[in-house]
Amino acid sequence: MNSSFAVPAVALVVLATVFVGAFGLRISRTTSDFYVASRTVGPRLNAAAISGEYLSAASFLGIAGLVLVQGPDMLWYPVGYTAGYLVLLLFVAAPLRRSGAYTLPDFAEARLASQAVRRLAGAFVVGVGWLYLLPQLQGAGLTLSVLTDAPQWLGGVIVAAVVVATVAAGGMRSITFVQAFQYWLKLTALLVPALFLILAWQSDGAPRHAFEEPVTFREQRVVRVDDSLDLKLERPLTVTVSGTVDGRPHDDQRLELPAGTHHIERGTRLTFAKGATVPAAERSSTGGMSTSLAAGREERPLYATYGLILATFLGTMGLPHVVVRFYTSPHGVAARRTTVAVLALIGCFYLLPPVYGALGRLYAPELTITGDADAAVLLLPERMIGGLGGDLLGALVAGGAFAAFLSTASGLTMAVAGVLTQDVLPSRGVRHFRLGTVLAMAVPLAASVIVGGLPVADAVGLAFAVSASSFCPLLVLGIWWRRLTPPGAAAGMLVGGGSAFVAVAATMAGFPRTGALHALLAWPALWSVPLGFLTMMLVSLATAGRVPAGTAAILARFHLPEELRAEVKA
Amino acid sequence: MPNQDPTERRVVVTGPSRRSRPTSGYYRPRTEIDEQTTLGHTYVRSLMRTQLRAALAVFAFLVLLVGPLPLLFAAMPDARRLEWVVLGFGLYVPLVLLARWYVGRAERNERDFVRLVEDR
Repeated sequence: MNSSFAVPAVALVVLATVFVGAFGLRISRTTSDFYVASRTVGPRLNAAAISGEYLSAASFLGIAGLVLVQGPDMLWYPVGYTAGYLVLLLFVAAPLRRSGAYTLPDFAEARLASQAVRRLAGAFVVGVGWLYLLPQLQGAGLTLSVLTDAPQWLGGVIVAAVVVATVAAGGMRSITFVQAFQYWLKLTALLVPALFLILAWQSDGAPRHAFEEPVTFREQRVVRVDDSLDLKLERPLTVTVSGTVDGRPHDDQRLELPAGTHHIERGTRLTFAKGATVPAAERSSTGGMSTSLAAGREERPLYATYGLILATFLGTMGLPHVVVRFYTSPHGVAARRTTVAVLALIGCFYLLPPVYGALGRLYAPELTITGDADAAVLLLPERMIGGLGGDLLGALVAGGAFAAFLSTASGLTMAVAGVLTQDVLPSRGVRHFRLGTVLAMAVPLAASVIVGGLPVADAVGLAFAVSASSFCPLLVLGIWWRRLTPPGAAAGMLVGGGSAFVAVAATMAGFPRTGALHALLAWPALWSVPLGFLTMMLVSLATAGRVPAGTAAILARFHLPEELRAEVKA
Repeated sequence: MPNQDPTERRVVVTGPSRRSRPTSGYYRPRTEIDEQTTLGHTYVRSLMRTQLRAALAVFAFLVLLVGPLPLLFAAMPDARRLEWVVLGFGLYVPLVLLARWYVGRAERNERDFVRLVEDR
């Protein structure tokens, strides 16, 4: 890919982020400004900021890549990411804002008057936050190494440095402007090239077989395999090979490969004829966003689909960077209206990744073999339009991708730093918040440099599953159920969230490779969410004597409209 | 703290000013809520129940809308194009409409409640 435009575009996005952040810095003066933007952010600005923060690398690059590799079933991801906000609106938004707490641990403490539950919630926030930060940093590394020949870690380091600088300097006030700006930037960066791509598709005679299974090559295509991989063929395939297949060297030979698995050595060149089926590649772990638990899906697609739906629908409300945003609304009614605006904004955005996924199936199907499917969004403008226009559009997309990493990483850093400052570091000043920021980013950055190829979709899926089985029961029962007790809440979070965490960790470690157990562990939400709810309720009922004394007053505060409450305080 | 000199300990006593207390029973429901009497709790409970009912109604709608889709797509493996259109482009507008409907209902519930307790 031509980087002479892409690199300046990325640099421009980074500079603009710092600049808009500095603009916020000038009006960010008090501690309250720092943490919650003084709770004066109106619905429209706040909605753009929430959406900007929410649309991460997984949304910007990952969905198109997943759809390209695994077909339309993967479109449940964006649907789930959006519907998660509807569930959040129904059960959580207004009461959460009225609770007056800033973070999830604050909420746990206010509702249950228990330091132990607060600490447990804090640990989960930091854990989920770090899990979600990791893919952002890796995505940045991937993008920069696709655009230029930079080493994988460089992109992560750049994102980490910019985020720490803007968050530590300006806090929530400045971040709100940065996020709102980045929502519109991301939408533009995906929308404008998409329009040109659709025009190019039209002038190409509007071929429609993108929707068919399996994907086929539209023209003769040469594919270079950069990493050794196994090709899984469902039916025989004729291909011209230069290199090593199944341990035997070939030089520009036509081969008839029988159905089954074939090992392709790195450096091999495969030439596929027009109309040939695109085979499915299998690799252990390359760190792409679209590889991940693909193998598990084939065994129980229906179970896996429902697991995905449950995790994303219920997990959104517990993501640390999402929750913090609600405290910046001035009141409960504004929090609700903000959520509707967010639904509309992210709904608009998610209309675009399927377009890239479908066009990718038509024009870049070989990406499924080379393992760079996440780069589909970045490569399509050059592939379909080419020339100066293609380069410029590619640069726009690259800038938008960087905006995605920066905004989500800022929000997560903000949330994790908030918890670290309040619960771990000794005193609560702005200076300590800055220290917390550095700490919040240092751990995932170190992990991404050291661990390297953790599949990105797995980390995101894990974050959603853990959040759905720990924070969702805590929030929903805490807001609507009077009999919740501190031991019940703690047990529910530990059993639900803990078991989800262990299950996905076991899958990532490759423990059960096949069978029903693999599907159960790879998509834990379907059993771990009910388990979390059930444990929380049963333990609460068993310890009925420990319902906090102020429960009735607190629930009244959660649910009474502000106009009544203002008088209560006066 | 028994060892402490009693003159050192200062206690500030505050309370609602007398002026703001209603003299008649005109604002009764609201006073019940403010002072957390059993009747006041009953008012809050009734508000919570209405709001929860609204939320559950919309949630049930969402489940009915989304729940059968994976089964439907699994039953019709040839309808790939339908799956693309529905999942890719068809669900976002209903989601936003459901959200708007819920917000309207929740805000109306709150207005009704305020009217009830303020006895207007």
